Amino acid sequence: MKSQTQRIAAMVSIFVLFYSTTVFAEQGITIKGSDTMVNLGQAWAEAFMEQNPSALIAVTGGGSGTGIAALINGTCDITQSSREMKKQELEMAKQNGHEVQEFKVAIDALAVIVHPSNSVGQLTIDQLSDIFTAKITNWKEMGGADQPITVLSRERNSGTHVYFLEHVVRKGNEKGPEEFAPTVLMMSSSQAIAEEVAGSRGAIGYLGIGYVNDRHKKIAVSKSVEGPFVLPSVETALDKTYPIARPLLLYTVGKPQELIQAFLDFVLSNEGQAIVLDMQFVPLQQKPA
Amino acid sequence: MRKYYEFVVEGLILLSAIASIIFVLLILIFLLKEGFMLFRTIGVFDFLFGNRWYPISEPPRFGILPLILGSLWVTLGATVIAVPLGIACAIFIGEIAPGWLREILKAGVELLAAIPSIVLGFIGLVTLVPLVKKLFGLPTGLTALSGSIMLAFMAMPTIVSIMEDALNAVPRGYREGSIAMGATQWQTIRRIVLPSASSGIVAAVMLGIGRVIGETMAVMMITGNAAVIPNSFFQPVRTMTATIAAEMGETVQGSEHYFALFAIGIVLFAITFAVNLLADLSLHRKQTIG
Repeated sequence: MKSQTQRIAAMVSIFVLFYSTTVFAEQGITIKGSDTMVNLGQAWAEAFMEQNPSALIAVTGGGSGTGIAALINGTCDITQSSREMKKQELEMAKQNGHEVQEFKVAIDALAVIVHPSNSVGQLTIDQLSDIFTAKITNWKEMGGADQPITVLSRERNSGTHVYFLEHVVRKGNEKGPEEFAPTVLMMSSSQAIAEEVAGSRGAIGYLGIGYVNDRHKKIAVSKSVEGPFVLPSVETALDKTYPIARPLLLYTVGKPQELIQAFLDFVLSNEGQAIVLDMQFVPLQQKPA
Repeated sequence: MRKYYEFVVEGLILLSAIASIIFVLLILIFLLKEGFMLFRTIGVFDFLFGNRWYPISEPPRFGILPLILGSLWVTLGATVIAVPLGIACAIFIGEIAPGWLREILKAGVELLAAIPSIVLGFIGLVTLVPLVKKLFGLPTGLTALSGSIMLAFMAMPTIVSIMEDALNAVPRGYREGSIAMGATQWQTIRRIVLPSASSGIVAAVMLGIGRVIGETMAVMMITGNAAVIPNSFFQPVRTMTATIAAEMGETVQGSEHYFALFAIGIVLFAITFAVNLLADLSLHRKQTIG
């Protein structure tokens, strides 16, 4: 009993010592936002901290909306977002005295996936819109098996949801009248969509290409009936032939401090962009060095 | 000195007692204040009976009828499953089981109550959801039924432990008298013990329902969250709790959507309050009669 108390006391004192030195010597950055980007942000942070041992970066998720709210309230330094800030949010930031800066840091190709047994292999944006608004409800209408379609979407707190709504369901007209049908299942994570599509023959869903594996079949997508129908991949997103790719963004407020600026520079450097590729996202095109 | 000490201690205890009431009042005031902001722009009727929930559209639609019905369907299903099981379990523990088995069962039920709901949700997602899909040949297993089954597990401990207390409160003399009259054990349970404990049973069921309707994590993971007006248990539903949890992170503070989520909170609060009130009335009736 006594030895245990001593051990705990020793641990506490070591912790206190360690913590007090680090807090005073190091500078911290808090990064918050998009669940799509949380692993990417973590990878950047780890590589950056390796080069700058005095920096301390904490990355958390919660959704783009959550991160933007935190930036407005001043509880984080950098927000990762998979959608652009809304006008209302920009105004609120301004009211709080923050001037928001936006940085495009990577591109994410959204794959539309179905069960591997599904015979449908290509769809147009119009057809996808009809599926997600429940105008088409059976696979046989697109030459597939006579099977009802189970439509899966991300929840409304997801930047992916908003992007897909504006660019696929509304076919690029952001204020268009189309909506996800009420019958669409709202899944709380990309992983949940990946699981459900792998297990249901009639399912269709969308997620970042990083989540797709051989238990899913990727759909080739085209803007028009004439094609070309393009499969999602890093290459096709990079040469812009794949139509459903979106920018991933970082937001800061005010003039970035030295450390935050250094981190942003790192993210946009060749090294930072190599990490983007490692994490199955699409890097920005590099200027020749 | 001793008097002074007494006074301080009593004062502190009084403060603690009042604190919980103050907390409830503060929460209620905040909830009402934020929730009612919505009704400056949207009619109460449109809110409660609108059948379209599109909070982030232009213009937004805030009809929560599908969400209310979603919550009610899941709760109804869970009640239908949990109440007979819970009552049977409580009767067995309280009246029939020998002492050693009783202790094991009670510990088991308490353990069930200790499982975090997210764990139940996760287990449900990987085991129950595919099973429901396969058993009933459905396009997806993310249905009201899956949610009901999982929530029944969560309501069971509440129902069993409160009901067992109610059975225990039935005086021993009632049972002895019944057996002495030549009644069998089952006749005694059915005709004497259960009717005497009826108000406690009603309270147990009500509190179980209260537990189910407020549950969030597990239902969000396994009911599919599609905001349709449900007409069968084999359909996905979206509950009020899951809606608040899923959308809270997205809302801009002070926006209509934000107020709408608080307004859903008011509806939820009103429902759980009514359920708890019924439970309380039922328990109270027992005191005046029995």
